[in-house]
Parts: sequence; structure tokens; C-alpha cells
Amino acid sequence: MMTITEKVLANAAGRQSVTPGENVWVKVDVLMTHDVCGPGTIGIFKKEFGENAKVFDADKVVIIPDHYIFTADEKSHRNIEILRQFVKEQGIRHFYDPDFVNKPGIPDGYDKNSATPYSGVCHSTLAEKGHCVPGQVMIGTDSHTCTGGAFGMFSTGVGNTEAAFVLGTGKLWLKVPPSLLFTFDGEMPDYLMAKDLILTAIGEVGADGATYCAMEFNGSAVKSLNIEERMTICNMAIEAGGKNGIIQADEKTVEYDVKRGVDKSAMTFFASDADAKYVSKHQFDVSKLEPTVACPHSPGNRALARKLDQKIDRAYIGSCTGGKIVDFQYAARILNGRKVVVDTFIVPATKEVDLALDSEKIGSKSLRQIFADAGCRIGPPSCAACLGGPVDTFGRMNEPLTCISSTNRNFPGRMGHPNSQVFLASPLTVAASALKGKIIDPRDI
Amino acid sequence: MDTKISGKAFVLGDDIDTDQIIPAEYLSYNPSIEEERKMFGHYALSGVPKAQSGLPGGNTPFVNLADPHATQSEYTIVIGGKNFGCGSSREHAPLALAQAGVKAVVAQFYARIFFRNSVNGGYLVPLETDLELYKEIRTGDQVEIDLEKHQLTDQTTGKTYAIKPLGDVADIIEADGLFEYARKKQLT
Repeated sequence: MMTITEKVLANAAGRQSVTPGENVWVKVDVLMTHDVCGPGTIGIFKKEFGENAKVFDADKVVIIPDHYIFTADEKSHRNIEILRQFVKEQGIRHFYDPDFVNKPGIPDGYDKNSATPYSGVCHSTLAEKGHCVPGQVMIGTDSHTCTGGAFGMFSTGVGNTEAAFVLGTGKLWLKVPPSLLFTFDGEMPDYLMAKDLILTAIGEVGADGATYCAMEFNGSAVKSLNIEERMTICNMAIEAGGKNGIIQADEKTVEYDVKRGVDKSAMTFFASDADAKYVSKHQFDVSKLEPTVACPHSPGNRALARKLDQKIDRAYIGSCTGGKIVDFQYAARILNGRKVVVDTFIVPATKEVDLALDSEKIGSKSLRQIFADAGCRIGPPSCAACLGGPVDTFGRMNEPLTCISSTNRNFPGRMGHPNSQVFLASPLTVAASALKGKIIDPRDI
Repeated sequence: MDTKISGKAFVLGDDIDTDQIIPAEYLSYNPSIEEERKMFGHYALSGVPKAQSGLPGGNTPFVNLADPHATQSEYTIVIGGKNFGCGSSREHAPLALAQAGVKAVVAQFYARIFFRNSVNGGYLVPLETDLELYKEIRTGDQVEIDLEKHQLTDQTTGKTYAIKPLGDVADIIEADGLFEYARKKQLT
């Protein structure tokens, strides 16, 4: 009688079973770090294990610079160089190097059609490059590492010290989390996205409602979602305080992974037992849900888009949460043939998404054309303004503006200016609102 | 580890997220480089909205930002409410507080990653209480935490409050972090 999370952790601990609340040592299959936390992690690794120490398994370490890429900030460039040196001395193969960051100033050499190993936002990259494998344990120095749970794996974020410990030992102590179950049944209406589901769930339990717990998602509506949409759901588990989000792997997961070069023999499929114990169970009929927004300054501050009377200064579509191909497909559906009336920023999460802006079409028009014709500004793939970043970051709010965004957090100052306001919504609701200059329900377009 | 921690209190409310503790624009400093590590002390809690900075009055800077060389706070114990340290996994958050001189945080409960980072990195002692201490204690009050008696005394008002035992992380805190703990237990 275990949940899927308990089964994955038991397997990784070499145990028959585990119980929520107990501390177990687990072996780690993937350790991911990026440019913001990598240099600190490497520093601790060398201090604790020695200047010439080797990582536990160079093929299980994935390094994805993504946060501060398109900036003139010298320290950010220096940090990427620290990662390069480490990758070289350790013989790490999985390194998505922004090789065009090689001279002072804002890098201008990124070309989506080039052979650059650069990919973009780490959580999307981990999926696209086949690092998310059902049944495995992934640890990353980023709180949104919980995105990987969309593949039926245990995936969570840690700090530099724990990451350094994993780098040296390949293992980590984890407290087995009790689980909350969120069941979404029914047929998804075309005005709803996965983002509406997860904002609903977070609003239900509150921004601290799943602290130290696993958030498990199931139901016919979740099963109907594609992998990118499932990633949106698990991505925001942390916004309810969740340790991990998780969705049982199925044929869609296998198909996605096999396409990305993952060997089926590496996958292990766990499912929650019918009599598994949950802290609480929450059921939703998606046909009755409506486009949902999280108001400042908490992802748990839930409201319905149609009930808000809120003017906006800008709109932003991007990040690991809302900058995937499906996110831009939905946004393009509503922006096609129309004009935005506020500054609207489009930031593909990765190079793969950037390329899809050209290959994905509505009628004869590419998504890129649709966005350009609508008056949007399109930036290169990275975390960009989701977390503010250096002041020259694309889309950053350097003034106290109000923004509707498809990203994941709306804490004070999150997207730049300390007095700015961020409303979180689905890419569809963001796009619709950009057309009116105020927050609206996409059904009103 | 000392069984008593004392100092001046800096009081904050609920949901103090890691962007408030250390805003993202300062994350390009590398904490493994000593000179840059100090900067985290300078910018600690600089993202807290002014009205909430140092309750009940607010508008109290934690570190004197006007002095570019200031890296220490006069406040060494932070009092918070619910969900302290929510948001990003950045270890720079407890590190920034520790660099500024903070020895302990007392809150109702913590976001998971902040709590683990505080413990595993050996930065500060994250204590919990069932009480809404941020409504009782005022910024600037002299407080003393007694880890053996599980209590906090506001020496300015003379009132004493119960705090929770550290529980299963006490050994790691005692060892001053994950690495020392693991060495003691011969796990590395």
C-alpha cells in the first residue's frame, strides 16, 4: 500500500518499502546544475572532496547554463566559464554550453539554426534531451526540478551543499514525503490549459499547503494531456511547497522518451496502490473549471480571470512553466490576426521551442510570424525575466509595472522592480489579456 | 554548538520567499569566492518590501545598504511567520542571512528547501514554534534562545515563549552541516 513517490524512493534506497516521515539514503540517477548554482556547488565539491576529486559518475551529471545568458554582466559570463572548466576536467558529456558567450557585452552570436550545444531552460532541456526517465531519481539545484515528476520519476530541487554531496557520493538523504492526491477528471475544454489546473490545485491547498509533501496528479484529464502540459503541472508543485510533483508514466511518456533516445530498459514503471495512504484527496471536474489567475504576491492567491478588473502594462509568455511548444501554440491561436495593445514578450524556453516557432503553423503562418504580426517582441531562449535577473535581461520589469505572465512565481520583486505586480495565468489567458490591456477570460475573445 | 543563542531580533511576517531574502540580480556573485561571498551579507533581506521590513513598524533596513562596505546586520535573530524561505532553491538565501550575522531563525514553519539548506550547509539554526511570535516580538528586542529548554525569551519584555525541539536534524546541526555529519557517520 504505497504511493508512486514512496515506491520510487524505496527502489532508490534498495528497500522493499518506505514510510512517510522516515529518512532514507537514496542513490541518485541524475544530478543537474546550472550557471546560478553550479559555481557555488563546484566550490563546495572541491573544498570537501579535494581539488582533484572526481564526480561520482560523469555521465550522470548534467550541466545546463540557462539563467543569465543574454546579459553583459561580467560575473555571469565568468560563471559560465567556471562550468566549462569543470566540465572539461571531469569529462562531463551532458553540457549544453552557450558557446556564443565568449566576449564582453551582451552575447549576440546565438543562432537557433547553428550547431551550438546551447539549449536553454534546464527543466525543458532535461526533458527534450532524454534525461527524464520513469522510475529514476533526479536531483537539481533549482526548485523547479520537480518538473521531472511528469515522467513518473522522483525529481526535486536542492541547494549547493546537497548538490556537492551528490556530486561526490551519488547519494543523498531524503525524508520520505507523505502525498496529497489531486484528481482531475473530465474532458479539457479548449479554453483551459494545464496551467489552470495547477493554479486551481495550489489555490485549493494554499502556497504552503503541500510543504514537505508529494503532490500526485491523476485522473482522465491529466492522462489526456501531452507531456509538455503534464510538465507544467509538476513544475509548479513547489509553489504549494511540494517536495515533488508526480504523474504516473504511460504510453505517452514512453513515446516521448523513446523519441529522445531513452532506452526503454532504463525505465521502471511504478503506480500507486489502490489502498495507498494520502494526507488528503482533492477531486476536480475540469469541465467545470474556468481560466484561473494567481494574483500578487503569491502563486496561491487564486482568482478567476473573468472576475478580475485589472489593467496590465505588459504581458510575458516564457519560462519552464509557460514557454514550451504547446504554450506558444495556444497563445498563437488567440493572437493570430490580432494586435496586442501592451508590450508583449515571447521567450521560448529552449532552442527546440525556438525552432518550433518556425516549423509550427496555423494555416500557412508560422507561430513566429503570428507573434511578429501581432506586435510581440521575441527573445532568445533562456530563463530571462521570469526571475528578474541582471538589469539588462530581456523583458525584465525595471519599473513598477503590472504584468500578466505565464511564468511560475509572483513574489514581490520576482520579475525585477520591487514594486512591480505579477499576475500568473495560462499562456492562453496571457495572450487574450495582451489584446485588451487588461486581464480577461480567453472565452471573451 | 552553544545551547544558547542571543541577539537583537529582526521581525518579518508570513511567506518570506528567497527572492526577498536575496534578490535574483545578486546571484551572479559566486559564494565560493570569499570577496563575493561577503556581498550576500550586504544584500541580505534587501528584497523585503519596505513596509514589512522590521515589524511592527516596517521601514527598518536589515543592513545599511547606503554603506557599500556594510556586510553585517546588527540583528542576529530573525523572527518570521509561516512558510519562511519559500520559493527558489538558492542556497544563497540562508548563506546571505548567515553572512550578515544571523545565528537563528524562529518561524512557524519553513519551506522545505530553505530548511534543508540551512541545516545541511550549517548556516543557521532554523527553529519552529506554534506561536505567532512575529506579533509578539518587536524588531530591536533583545532575545535569547535556549536550545535545551526549548524556549525563547524576549529580554526586552521579559516574556518567554515555547519553541519546538529540533528533532531529527539536530545531529546534522550539531555536526555543523551535512559533510561533517556524514564523515562522523562514515557515510562519505
